[in-house]
Amino acid sequence: MSEIDSILPLELDGIGFGVHGRPLLSGIGLRLESGSRTVVLGPNGAGKSLLLRICHGLLPPTEGSLRWGGAGRPLPDPLVRRRQAMVFQRPVLLRRSALANIRYVLGLIGLPRRRRQVVAMAALARFGLADLAGRPARVLSGGEQQRLALARAWVVEPDVLFLDEPTSALDPASTLAVEMAIHEFHAAGAKIVMTTHDLGQARRLADEVVFLSRGRLVEVSAASHFFKGPASPQARAFLAGELAC
Amino acid sequence: MLDLTAALSTAAALVIELDPQMLDIVRLSVLVSGSAVLLAALIGLPLGAVLALAVFPGRGLLVVMINACMGLPPVVVGLAIYLLLSRAGPLGQFGLLFTPSAMVVAQTVLVLPIVAALSRQVVADLWDEYGEQLRSLGAGKFSVVATLLWDGRFSLLTAVLAGFGRASAEVGAVMIVGGNISGVTRTMTTAIALETSKGDLPLALGLGIVLIGLVTAVNAVVFLVGQSARRRMG
Repeated sequence: MSEIDSILPLELDGIGFGVHGRPLLSGIGLRLESGSRTVVLGPNGAGKSLLLRICHGLLPPTEGSLRWGGAGRPLPDPLVRRRQAMVFQRPVLLRRSALANIRYVLGLIGLPRRRRQVVAMAALARFGLADLAGRPARVLSGGEQQRLALARAWVVEPDVLFLDEPTSALDPASTLAVEMAIHEFHAAGAKIVMTTHDLGQARRLADEVVFLSRGRLVEVSAASHFFKGPASPQARAFLAGELAC
Repeated sequence: MLDLTAALSTAAALVIELDPQMLDIVRLSVLVSGSAVLLAALIGLPLGAVLALAVFPGRGLLVVMINACMGLPPVVVGLAIYLLLSRAGPLGQFGLLFTPSAMVVAQTVLVLPIVAALSRQVVADLWDEYGEQLRSLGAGKFSVVATLLWDGRFSLLTAVLAGFGRASAEVGAVMIVGGNISGVTRTMTTAIALETSKGDLPLALGLGIVLIGLVTAVNAVVFLVGQSARRRMG
């Protein structure tokens, strides 16, 4: 692996995605810089989750291109894959213990077997799951499962962490724990790209807001500007809680 | 009329006395069907997973064919294996005809489509749930197959049990390739067929009851183990 600090920035150029000729995303041009926390906002069906999946490489865009690492610095695909992680709305955990779920990922990224136990335990402890290490992951509570998903992402040491509505199914205490975890990733230097429907959460976490509406990129602003006075009428309506989008 | 009481007492006597001849028959039946199911699982589980996950031309046709093979008539499979293994057949040189090995081969052919078809379905359903997450984690093809087979282990056990049911119940294939030779290739099902044709109905029924009891016991154990594991693992 080459010695690079980060696979970022990520540049999207004219990204579009259509199903059976129906465009769900179109003409997205965006540059995601390292380090900052970007929150993708927009009404239901705006294409937020889709955008995250395309960025993460789970879906190939039907139009346009993605470029990691900026101009003139082509990065090998395995490196790009290896240095990012994603936390889903509902994590899919394997039918084995919490600890074994982490060890599984350490195996995938090729950490020597003898080191896996220590690293996995440390990650569980970091997210307050040390006592649950031996418990089957699938019988943990929703909040614990999401923290386990975060611990699983943590051991990858990602340059960028994607989160797709990570707290929409959680109670306030678990939501707080997830937000603290996001702070930890951010403090460790990871780029955060997340979607949320919780505007309070967006205010607490965002450095930058990307606003989508009906599959189009409407506005990219610093969070302080966006929440004070968004430039676009769609975003103003969205913040005002209007249903029109 | 059949004397059911006589049959039941014969069955009880066979079991209680641990009749050595019966024990040999039971042992061979379990050995043959068990080996066949083991072989079919070793081949069928990964095959089912690959059929669920791999995309290649002709996959749909292959899936339909394997599903259809779940209903292969045992006598036809027996005949085909017989032709392959007979002295003049392409595999005749190995001298397998009328040995337990030939019976294992025939039953493996019968069980394999069941294990493969059912595990394909299990793995395909799991992939719907796990696919995005596993791709996000960067799991390679081999890891994905191994992970899904392991995570689907409780459901896959049912697929293997279905295969075991088929193997322990069939008579046509083992009769043709095994020959029902006393003490060598006589299984419970072939013995039942023989005793029935000889008119010794109580003995036939007694063996039948032992066979059903055995199959029920295996299923009960697997069910209980599976239930408790499923409850623990969620």
